[in-house]
Amino acid sequence: MATVTFDKATRIYPGTDKPAVDALDLAIEDGEFLVLVGPSGCGKSTSLRMLAGLEEVDGGAIRIGDRDVTHMPPKDRDIAMVFQNYALYPHMTVADNMGFALKIAGVSKDEIRRRVGDAAKLLDLTEYLDRKPKALSGGQRQRVAMGRAIVREPQVFLMDEPLSNLDAKLRVSTRTQIASLQRRLGITTVYVTHDQVEAMTMGDRVAVLNAGLLQQVDSPLGLYDKPSNVFVAGFIGSPAMNIATFDVKDGRATLGNADVAIPASIAAKVAEEGSDTVVLGFRPESLTPASSEETGGIPVLVDVVEELGSDAYVYGRPAGPAAEEQADRLRSDQIIARVEPRNAPQKGEKINFTVRQGSEHFFSVKTGERLEP
Amino acid sequence: MIGDRIVLTLAATAVIVVAGWAYLRLGDRALAALPHGAYRRLAPWLFAGPAVAMVLLALAVPAVITVGWSLVDDGDGGSGGFAGFANYAQTLSDEVTRVALRNTVLWVVLLPSLAVLVGLVIAVLSERVRYGALIKAALFLPIAISAVAAGVIWSFMYDYQPPGAAQTGTLNAVVTALGGEPVAWIVDTATNNYALIGATLWTQAGFAMVIFDAALRSVPGELLEAARLDGASEWAAFRHVTLPFLMPTVVVVATTMTVVALKAFDIVYVMTNGNYGTDVLSTVMYRALFTAKDNGLAGAVATILMLTVVPIMIANVRQFRRETGAA
Repeated sequence: MATVTFDKATRIYPGTDKPAVDALDLAIEDGEFLVLVGPSGCGKSTSLRMLAGLEEVDGGAIRIGDRDVTHMPPKDRDIAMVFQNYALYPHMTVADNMGFALKIAGVSKDEIRRRVGDAAKLLDLTEYLDRKPKALSGGQRQRVAMGRAIVREPQVFLMDEPLSNLDAKLRVSTRTQIASLQRRLGITTVYVTHDQVEAMTMGDRVAVLNAGLLQQVDSPLGLYDKPSNVFVAGFIGSPAMNIATFDVKDGRATLGNADVAIPASIAAKVAEEGSDTVVLGFRPESLTPASSEETGGIPVLVDVVEELGSDAYVYGRPAGPAAEEQADRLRSDQIIARVEPRNAPQKGEKINFTVRQGSEHFFSVKTGERLEP
Repeated sequence: MIGDRIVLTLAATAVIVVAGWAYLRLGDRALAALPHGAYRRLAPWLFAGPAVAMVLLALAVPAVITVGWSLVDDGDGGSGGFAGFANYAQTLSDEVTRVALRNTVLWVVLLPSLAVLVGLVIAVLSERVRYGALIKAALFLPIAISAVAAGVIWSFMYDYQPPGAAQTGTLNAVVTALGGEPVAWIVDTATNNYALIGATLWTQAGFAMVIFDAALRSVPGELLEAARLDGASEWAAFRHVTLPFLMPTVVVVATTMTVVALKAFDIVYVMTNGNYGTDVLSTVMYRALFTAKDNGLAGAVATILMLTVVPIMIANVRQFRRETGAA
């Protein structure tokens, strides 16, 4: 077991100027489950492959524990990886797949059989040990890939979107299994996914990447409650946060008919950077239908209502005379609000929402960075 | 004159197309008029019919006739009557045939294994060097050269002049330049069979290489990455992952090369004409047929040759079926 450190690690693919991974600084603790998340092309898989030794490191360093592995071949890194397509050896049985690394390492046959047997028991694969991967279901193959990693007892587990080939239901149950297995084994794990729900539910900490740059590393709740910039705010959370550029005037943020009170400290910070607009974000659950006597609020024309039973989500667009301007300055496609499922509005209805005090997120228009009140 | 020929060619093509179309169209109509169920059973035969007829006419019938001839007492002073297995007894008791059989076995053992080895090694290594494409092209080109031309080329390569004289053969020029004695490659019985197999290998290795090259590309990169992460060295990854993946291809190449070895004729005919103990079954058959004009004897040799090819062809077809069936 070991820590993993990315020290300004950089990867520039030949023939390109822009780094795929740009000076990544990341310290992963011993036994930690760290999730790398981001949209496709953000560099998360490249980062993982750099750690695995499958991708060259053009700058900076990567360390596992105290060992500098920056230019070490993959076979010497003591790392096990679960691939997106599992990469099971098609000509080997499940047992041989799982025992391959041990066989290469020269472990005795009895020891291999024992360790493969233990891992198979843990993953409920005992009855499939003599089968070839072709004769397994997707979920079973996924477990064999996990087993192949576990048998090794490596210093670090790497997982590259291991759930993306499973159907939705299996994905949810496997997600919990992997997380609890990792906690039981206590092996440092780096997990790559593009699915922010997976990231939020599995990771001890989550690192958000975009365009090769690390945006924020924090616990799932930390990311949700205090996104450090507009990108993280928009990426984390499902349904996504509502984000729009508002005018700041007289201690209020306005956009057409929408009108939200803001703390004086935010107004001061906006003035300080010499601007008269602010990026305001609020999560769907922060919106409540306004009673008629409240001032301000955000008028919304309801397009669609999603009834989920436990919740209902209203998908709408800005309403009112300045609706067009509002829509232009909205960063998200639409306005999403969570409402009482038993008392949901009808589509076509116009509702005035207010933002619950203290749940707003403010970001600088100029830098996109979070503004703390 | 040439105009006439063009017209004739076009007319013949038109007739074939129209006749083919009419055959399918009218045949289909006729079948459709039959009671229900008959169409489903007979339609495949209608469509496969022409191809089946061609195979029968060009392959099966001659094979049967050949086997028939092998039982006839033909040739100089032959009665033309039924000879039983006398032709087989005669050819198998002949020292020439026995040498040829021994050589054919040598060909069948060496050519496939060398073709697999050379093709695989070049295919794997050329992936890893910068001028790989050039090397592959160089190895592939001999495929385009006819076997007779290859025989002539290698006759020059193996050419022998007495010691002291200028060596015009490339190989002996190299040998003497290194201080060795020139070798009479295609006359010396210690080397001549290997020399002939080597020349054939030159014409065939490119084919093996191309097949392996394509198969190598089908090995998923992720598998090799997984093997490396599992601690495998390059050699171990090749041996445990790539090679098992290539096994079906190895079988295909090996059986194809076995058939080439069994059919070996032209290179031998051009370079030694079967002299100096280099006969193979097909040269023996050729002489029986065209020199001795003994259809019976030639038929017997051909039948022996055919019987050795058949099991290998069956293995090849099975492998092919398994591959396409599994996909």
